[in-house]
Amino acid sequence: MLLLILKRIGLGLITLFIVSLITFVGVEVLPGDACTTYLEREAYGAALDACIKRLGLDIPAYERYLDWASNVVRGDFGYSLSGEMPINEVLGPRVKNSLVLASVSILIGIPLAIVLGIITALWRDKLPDIMISTITIFSMTIPEFISATLLILIVAIWLGWLPGIVIIPSDATFYELLSNIILPVVAISMIMTAHMARMVRSSVIQVMASDYVQMAILKGVPYWKMVFRHVLPNALLPAINVVALTIAWLLGGVVVTEVVFNYPGLGRLVIESISNRDLPVVQALAIILASIYVGINLIADLMTLMLNPRLKSLQIRK
Amino acid sequence: MNEIIESVKNLSIGFNSQKGKQISILRNVSTNIKKGETVGIVGESGSGKSTLALAMMGYIKQGLFPLKGECLFKSEDLLKMSSRQLEKIRGRKIAMIPQNAGQALTPNLKIGYQIDEALRLHTDLNKTERDKKISELLNKVRLPSPETMAFRYPHELSGGQQQRVAVAMALAGKPDLLLLDEPTTGLDVTTQAHVLELLRFIAKDTGTSMIYVSHDLGAIAQVSDRIVVMYAGEIVLEGPARKILKEPIHPYTYGLLKSIPKLSLAGLPASMPGSQPQPGSINEGCSFYDRCNLATDNCKKNSPDLEHIKELDTNVRCFNYKELINQNNNLQTSITKKSNNSEANEVLKLKDVSISYAKQKFFDQLLNKISDQNPTVKNINIDIKKGETIALVGESGSGKSTILKSIAGLLKTKDGQIKFENDRILSSDLKMRNPNDLRAIQLIFQNPDESLNPNHTVEQILSQPLKLYFNLSGEELKKNIIDLLKKVRLGEFYMSRYPRQLSGGEKQRVAVARAFAAKPDIILCDEVTSALDVSVQAAVLNLLQQLKEDLGTTYVFVSHDLAVVRAISDRVAVLYQGRLCEIGPSQNVYKFPSHPYTEVLLGAVLEPDPDIKPKLVAEDIVEEKPPEKGCSFQGRCPRKIGDICNSEVPPWQIGENGNAIRCHINIEELASLQQ
Repeated sequence: MLLLILKRIGLGLITLFIVSLITFVGVEVLPGDACTTYLEREAYGAALDACIKRLGLDIPAYERYLDWASNVVRGDFGYSLSGEMPINEVLGPRVKNSLVLASVSILIGIPLAIVLGIITALWRDKLPDIMISTITIFSMTIPEFISATLLILIVAIWLGWLPGIVIIPSDATFYELLSNIILPVVAISMIMTAHMARMVRSSVIQVMASDYVQMAILKGVPYWKMVFRHVLPNALLPAINVVALTIAWLLGGVVVTEVVFNYPGLGRLVIESISNRDLPVVQALAIILASIYVGINLIADLMTLMLNPRLKSLQIRK
Repeated sequence: MNEIIESVKNLSIGFNSQKGKQISILRNVSTNIKKGETVGIVGESGSGKSTLALAMMGYIKQGLFPLKGECLFKSEDLLKMSSRQLEKIRGRKIAMIPQNAGQALTPNLKIGYQIDEALRLHTDLNKTERDKKISELLNKVRLPSPETMAFRYPHELSGGQQQRVAVAMALAGKPDLLLLDEPTTGLDVTTQAHVLELLRFIAKDTGTSMIYVSHDLGAIAQVSDRIVVMYAGEIVLEGPARKILKEPIHPYTYGLLKSIPKLSLAGLPASMPGSQPQPGSINEGCSFYDRCNLATDNCKKNSPDLEHIKELDTNVRCFNYKELINQNNNLQTSITKKSNNSEANEVLKLKDVSISYAKQKFFDQLLNKISDQNPTVKNINIDIKKGETIALVGESGSGKSTILKSIAGLLKTKDGQIKFENDRILSSDLKMRNPNDLRAIQLIFQNPDESLNPNHTVEQILSQPLKLYFNLSGEELKKNIIDLLKKVRLGEFYMSRYPRQLSGGEKQRVAVARAFAAKPDIILCDEVTSALDVSVQAAVLNLLQQLKEDLGTTYVFVSHDLAVVRAISDRVAVLYQGRLCEIGPSQNVYKFPSHPYTEVLLGAVLEPDPDIKPKLVAEDIVEEKPPEKGCSFQGRCPRKIGDICNSEVPPWQIGENGNAIRCHINIEELASLQQ
């Protein structure tokens, strides 16, 4: 078991190494370099020299990569070009904001999705299922920039209940954030919940049709007891991986929603730094997003392994 | 003794078709279950036997609903009860033992919990009493170390053990009636015989009534007092077990019994033409009319009622049953098959073949070799003559299918050679074989549902090998396809059908036709009849034999069913844990002296005859992997003589009948032991 975890962590690190290599090489082979791209028309003379010096572009690429990589390992991403400040300082508040948005969405969306999925499955083809399924399919099919805009139009402009866009500094405190993120959370949850509820629904339906559920019924197990002991633990196992992907997607920045609501999270930082041609920040973001995906998937796999007795003993026997 | 426990009255169950028509899959079924009695319900797939059994617990599968009639349990109608009331009866008064215990046990719950759940629901015992009871129950179903068994998960047990757990769970509520839905189907022969033995013991010990549902007349014969035969949703024959099995007076039952291959008979079983009608397709007349050789015009127009014959204590649904009375001698006949020419040349030789499933280590991968001291299949030497049918038999894990796959080139061999025609070595890698060799060896799979592409028509399925190997096209291609269909007794109009529009037997015929399309020299048959109903199985066996006699094809026939093997094969090789135990002409392998493993297998075969009881000579332990040295069968051998069995691989001994046996016991001694 321990060996397996180590193996998976090792694989994850290799993935990250490859990602770092690709982003680094990608930046290298682009015409020009970070300085010429950033400075654009002012890329000459003293400004360019200073920039090259600051970023160390005058030393060979592989040395720069090693330098950069060893700094990243130590948690130092170097300097941002636009703000001319350490990238860590740029990233810090953004990561925090994204975390807040993601965790609130997760705390609301995932339990809701599971409950809705179970209800639709247990009342399959009956009124609750038809109603909830229609709504979920509806909110799944509308692109998020439309649903987000509609939310702003209805809740913020017509009703005037909540602020339409988030106007807070990127280093706002947690409580300042909370009151501002209701609409973004709703917009994100709509899509996320819909997807997951559909997944949970089909998984529960599949388990409900299994031989062991029929057996439990024929054993005289009362309905709700059967649902909680025999159905759900087995039906929710496959959901873990989907939940993990969703969490990774949320943490990695929900680009469209953040842009629509002007929310200062990681997603918007990606857009900003790309349009500012701030290559060091782009590189840093690539690594961070990749680590989030690798990390969360690793946790999900390990959880599945722990919770599924079949896989667990298979691993131990090996 | 004559108290009726459950009584089904005029029960019809059906569903609404897409066109809004009501289609019944159970029609007007009435029967009674008496206290302490075991009733066998037998029928082929689609006969409605499982639907009937589940209805007897008040359970109707999704999509189905009762059309009329009632299921009275102690004079209360189960079909009218609320789910609350049913929860009180299920598990406590009527308990179920499911078909596939492996899938019927909840995978995330420990064995102990699942039995405890039944105890908590249906008894008033406290925790310590329940724990004691769990051990008792596990002990009663003869599971090893019941104390630790309770802490295991279902997947950690073997198939036979899972089935025993299901039995223990059913017994927890001390039910009055046990419902068994194909409880031994899918188990190995020896395990099957052991589980049946256990069920018989429990019936006697507890006095519980049982309803035993199965397609297997052999299993039914071992446990039932009374037998109900179902066909197309109706009861066609019902009566005392012995009468039904020995003197069947319904033409369907008669045909069914004749189509079962029997150990005592060489030669092929007689087949019944046609197949069971689909639900909803019978409008008038007898549902068996199409397949019946006693049918008259009357049978076409009027459907017979279930008639009670007092002197035989039997109910029969047939106008002409009298013609079958005193016909029972004919049951013990079979169609003799032409045996092959023993002078023929060898077409395929397996020389010291070993196959390993071990994962290649990094270095071995570089050197392209497999280093496994204890491979799954080891040192197989078989020479196969042209035109012969050689059968590989053994239980699951015996390596029989593994050998087949490596002949086909689907699995690399570790050591040894496969030689084809004139001692030419065939590469063990499929990609290295030349196209003509690939054509010459064809494979037929167990399950035609999975081996035929559901999106291809029969024409497309059959045209692929013809295009690939012979470059046929246009009219010539079509002519060949029609010829092939004719060979497997299917009409031209089947060309445009999709597999889902065919019955199980028809699908397997298409699979046979596809194999023959390549004009192969050797056909590898992997359990080709295991997924089929008995009457269809007989037809496919006859077809294979006919094709072989016409075209001189060689078959390598893999099966776990010794009676089927007896019927079709010229020579038999018995395998245990990937090692050969015995090989010889089939009439001799089925006679003593035999290898102790063959003896165990033969003893466990269930015959559709209440007078032939299986002999259980060895434990049904499942061995994970073959022993590292000595005889492969040392772990279970009832005739083990001592250390020599553990340390030395036994020598081959040739008996006077020409069958070779690998055993440390002298062959004459073996013969006298087995008398």
